[in-house]
Amino acid sequence: MTLELTTDVLVVGGGPAATWAALKAAEEGAAVVLADKGYCGTSGATASVGTGVWYVPPEPDAREAAMASREALGGYLADRRWMARVLDETYERVNELADAKYPFPVGPDGTSLRNGLQGPEYMRRQRIRVRRAGVTILDHSPVTELLTSFDGAVAGAAGHQRQADRPFRVRAGAVVLATGGCAFLSKAFGCNVNTGDGALFAAEAGAELSGMEFSNSYGIAPEHTSVTKTAFYNYATFYRADGSVLEGAGSQRGRSVIARTLLSEKVFCKLDLADEAAQKAMRLAQPNFFLTFDRLGVNPFTDPFAVTLLAEGTVRGTGGIRIVDDGCATTVPGLYAAGDAATRELICGGFTGGGSHNAAWAISSGSWSGRAAARFARSIGRGARRVQAAGGAGLRPAGRSSDVDIAEAVRTVQAEVLPYDKNYLRHGDVLRDALGVLDGVWESLRSVESAGIASVPARQAAAMVAHARWMYTSALVRNESRGMAKRLDHPELDPSQHHRITSGGLDRVWARPEVAA
Amino acid sequence: MIELISTQQCIACDKCILVCPTNVFDRGADGLPVISRQSDCQTCFQCEANCPADALFVAPHTHPLPEASFAHDEEHLRRTGLLGSYRRDIGWGRGRTPAAARAVGPALSPSGPPLIS
Repeated sequence: MTLELTTDVLVVGGGPAATWAALKAAEEGAAVVLADKGYCGTSGATASVGTGVWYVPPEPDAREAAMASREALGGYLADRRWMARVLDETYERVNELADAKYPFPVGPDGTSLRNGLQGPEYMRRQRIRVRRAGVTILDHSPVTELLTSFDGAVAGAAGHQRQADRPFRVRAGAVVLATGGCAFLSKAFGCNVNTGDGALFAAEAGAELSGMEFSNSYGIAPEHTSVTKTAFYNYATFYRADGSVLEGAGSQRGRSVIARTLLSEKVFCKLDLADEAAQKAMRLAQPNFFLTFDRLGVNPFTDPFAVTLLAEGTVRGTGGIRIVDDGCATTVPGLYAAGDAATRELICGGFTGGGSHNAAWAISSGSWSGRAAARFARSIGRGARRVQAAGGAGLRPAGRSSDVDIAEAVRTVQAEVLPYDKNYLRHGDVLRDALGVLDGVWESLRSVESAGIASVPARQAAAMVAHARWMYTSALVRNESRGMAKRLDHPELDPSQHHRITSGGLDRVWARPEVAA
Repeated sequence: MIELISTQQCIACDKCILVCPTNVFDRGADGLPVISRQSDCQTCFQCEANCPADALFVAPHTHPLPEASFAHDEEHLRRTGLLGSYRRDIGWGRGRTPAAARAVGPALSPSGPPLIS
């Protein structure tokens, strides 16, 4: 028996952007359903990791410094107007969290410190707030496709509830995709729910992507573990197995040195630049950072430990669904994008470091998309619309169906996007070869017919291969090095390529410089 | 990965089954949770953080550990204080203060604010 719901706004996802979207849509008076693949409150990168927040008081000098700080790193692709409105919105929303009793710590001078959020605490509170706002939460309810109306507008979504083992369909006046980025099941901290599903759904409905070349983010973690929290590696020295210092290696600058070295030998680390006071304070700030070390019996300040780099794709990378107005609308009527699912280039350009901009973007784009979606839903009214299901690859075969080993397809994609010498240290020749393999995987997934619970991994596989193809196609259009999109075969920044790159398409993937509006 | 469910401490509240973002658990015939899909575990520690009975242990490794590993030695985990340590560290549970309230970390730059997450 299919669960059938009708609502004004459907939010897909359950992390920060999704919860802010749900809250603000509900405040606008909309009926809201939130469907999360996992559990709203624990799902996604933020709930596990925690995050700094780009929280800057509205003082002109502080705001100017905040906006200027990463413009060069991002290759000057960010937009000052968007930065300013994100700073405004984030400041208000974080203060709203304080009013809602989030326990911000108090600094030595007695002021409330609001430049970060503990993940589990933040997201358990967001869940409570969303419930109190009257939102219907569907946990363990992965969406597998959008529903569109005869005029091409998005009119809901369908999926399969994995614990209840039943299909569900939500008809909605507007849909917000807040499904996160794509980390290709790399097991980076909290990221395995982030398989880029929203970007696939959006593209199937006709939406575009932007900045997909900015998708080669890698986080440091102790070898064979998951905690990719990197701030404290600012205190690190990196070593070779023989104990000599690995010159040029570092967390903020020099992560590529670590990647290059890891291709042929192990890299070790000690947080030996932290003094005793810093060591003590670090435990208070990030209890989850120390989980790994305490359980391994390693003292990270004195014992060298082997490190790895885990792919964080577009979770930390800035590419995502292209948005076209201040309400985070996509090019498709009724479809909005927020958080890591949307492009973050507007405030970060082509580079993102820690979580602070990402968190601010999730809060701001979530809030804007929720409000805009509610207004859109109100404008079209509740009348019944004829809808059709928009899902393709992994769900409905383009021609004859055939048996495809989905797990094997995922491994094939991972073999093209996880290795440092393909995705991190990019070269045009390697990217072209990889695209050939990825096109083949896409083609095979086009013949897959799936239903029920089996449709979830099949659609995740399709989303990941689509993501990888947009990434590498975009990277090949950017014949220079800008932001994190560095090319070994084009190591310099080329002033004539100072533009964003739009991409899209499914069977035929395309990427081209953005045409100025 | 999730390595241990203490049948001694578990109160069969289903919380871990509900909160696991990657749906690793099922409810067993006796009402206790079972680890049905360990390979889907993303080592996020959320089940442990949300277990009101400190009955779960997540090893830091992203691959399964052998039977003889410390992660399956309940007595050892209890003695060393590892069982339930994440919940204690984040200040969750009756009578505890959320650790967020005292999360004043080091400043990473001389002019920057203290890190609080």
